[in-house]
Amino acid sequence: MATTIYRIIKNALSHLVRQRLLFGATLVVMVMTLFAFGSLIVGNHVLTSALDSIQNKIDISVYFKTTTPEDQILAMQQTLEQMSEVKNVQYISKDQALQNFEQQHANDPTISQALTELGSNPLSASLNIKANNPNNYQDIANYLNSTSVNSMIENVSYNQNQLVIQRLAAILNISREAGIILTIVLALAATLIAFNTLLIGIYSNREEVEIMRLVGASNAFIRGPYVIEGVIYGIIAALISLAILAPVIYFTSPYMQVFIPGFDLWGYFTADLFLLFIYEAAFGSVIGIISSMIALRRYLKK
Amino acid sequence: MIAFQDVYKKYSGHDALVDVSFRISPKEFVSLVGRSGAGKSTVIKMLIGEERPTSGRITFGKYDVVKLQPKELPQLRRHIGTIFQDFRLLPTKTAYENVSFALEVAGQPEKEIETLVPEVLDLVGLSDKANNFMNELSGGEKQRVAIARAMVNRPEVVVADEPTGNLDPFNTMEIINLLKKINELGTTIILATHNKDIVNHLARRVITMENGRIIRDEENGRYSLA
Ligand SMILES: Nc1ncnc2c1ncn2[C@@H]1O[C@H](COP(=O)(O)OP(=O)(O)O)[C@@H](O)[C@H]1O
Ligand SMILES: [Mg+2]
Repeated sequence: MATTIYRIIKNALSHLVRQRLLFGATLVVMVMTLFAFGSLIVGNHVLTSALDSIQNKIDISVYFKTTTPEDQILAMQQTLEQMSEVKNVQYISKDQALQNFEQQHANDPTISQALTELGSNPLSASLNIKANNPNNYQDIANYLNSTSVNSMIENVSYNQNQLVIQRLAAILNISREAGIILTIVLALAATLIAFNTLLIGIYSNREEVEIMRLVGASNAFIRGPYVIEGVIYGIIAALISLAILAPVIYFTSPYMQVFIPGFDLWGYFTADLFLLFIYEAAFGSVIGIISSMIALRRYLKK
Repeated sequence: MIAFQDVYKKYSGHDALVDVSFRISPKEFVSLVGRSGAGKSTVIKMLIGEERPTSGRITFGKYDVVKLQPKELPQLRRHIGTIFQDFRLLPTKTAYENVSFALEVAGQPEKEIETLVPEVLDLVGLSDKANNFMNELSGGEKQRVAIARAMVNRPEVVVADEPTGNLDPFNTMEIINLLKKINELGTTIILATHNKDIVNHLARRVITMENGRIIRDEENGRYSLA
């Protein structure tokens, strides 16, 4: 058994080395496929992060009448937090609202003067609500506008921004779906190209397969080297494609940070590099293995 | 050892073999002769399980060839050495590796391979070409590699289908002499050929075919197509 495996590996390696031209041509296609595959994974991450960052900017603020007692607001915060549509609720008290306001207008002497003259705090307490899904804001707004709680509410920001939020939600949804579809289509196209290339490579070796059959080689002994070759293609192509992808990401990463604050693409890439390599190598190997299975099935019958 | 019983083979409408029956005993040297298209190659393909007969029975030793599953064919073929007009050697392997491949597939230990292969290459006179690839060898040399491969695992039978079809008279005699030598070592030989001189030179059993039928089967026969 060990001898057989040794012979299969030996045959695979010498076969690859002695068919340099075929090996090189196939490798180029595999590298391009895995480069596309890797770019799709990274690109998807960029798109998702961008959309998440936009989505995070959407929220609803509920401003309470200044007469509403704090415990009622906190009770409402709890009720909201228990709703399945709600991701989180932030409470901003009157004092905090004033602090924020003063900070924002620290350089404006007229406003700070006006505030001191006023003597009391004119600002409302508020709850800042973020939904799990932008489509949920309508439901949350409906609840806030319902009569049971409406009496203590001064203003719900959604009522002014409704149109913008709904449009943004629609755009976000379409973008996510388009991203998924595009990824699937491109990955499928790349897979088919790699697959075809490997099939043609094995097809060009069909005479060899027939000769091996003639000499009494078992199916496993014939198939083995092709499977190993598939794995070798997968590993080498994964290494090369990541080596090409790395500088591309390194140089685009700073620009990404401008568009999506706090987004570190290079950090993501280096942190997940090993995983990415495993994905690509596995993807390449599986294509190699399946194509050899399919291509050889016809020739192993006689 | 080998028996064909009432073997028929039809290819989409026309008959390649009609009612073919014969027996071959161990250590025989049998020539299968006939015009091109007579059915010689078809007989050989049936024997090694490359094609299945439309009807009839073929046995080789303990193997009921027609009933073998594709999976079981490799076992059968390790008992039969094959030689063809077009050599059928592996282009990405050296002469040495082409020969050792037949032992590798049969799971022979490395040690045995290392002693057997040089021996056989020496027997066919190719010791100095052991590391050459197939495109670096002449037709006669290629056919000698094929013979070395066919005999290296000491098969009971060597079948040769027009092995000299692509060779000049000198190389033809070399190949035939090698086949005679292998036969003297105890291996059955089945030689399909339409070369009259070879058959008459051999003066051994001759099975003559015409239009898919066996029309003559003579011990110590001569080549004669009426
Ligand atoms: N795969 C095939 N399909 C159809 N006809 C075939 C096939 N193989 C052989 N034949 C026919 O069978 C007959 C015998 O062929 P073959 O055994 O190759 O003859 P030989 O080897 O004696 O020249 C011929 O008429 C040939 O055309
Ligand atoms: Mg023929």
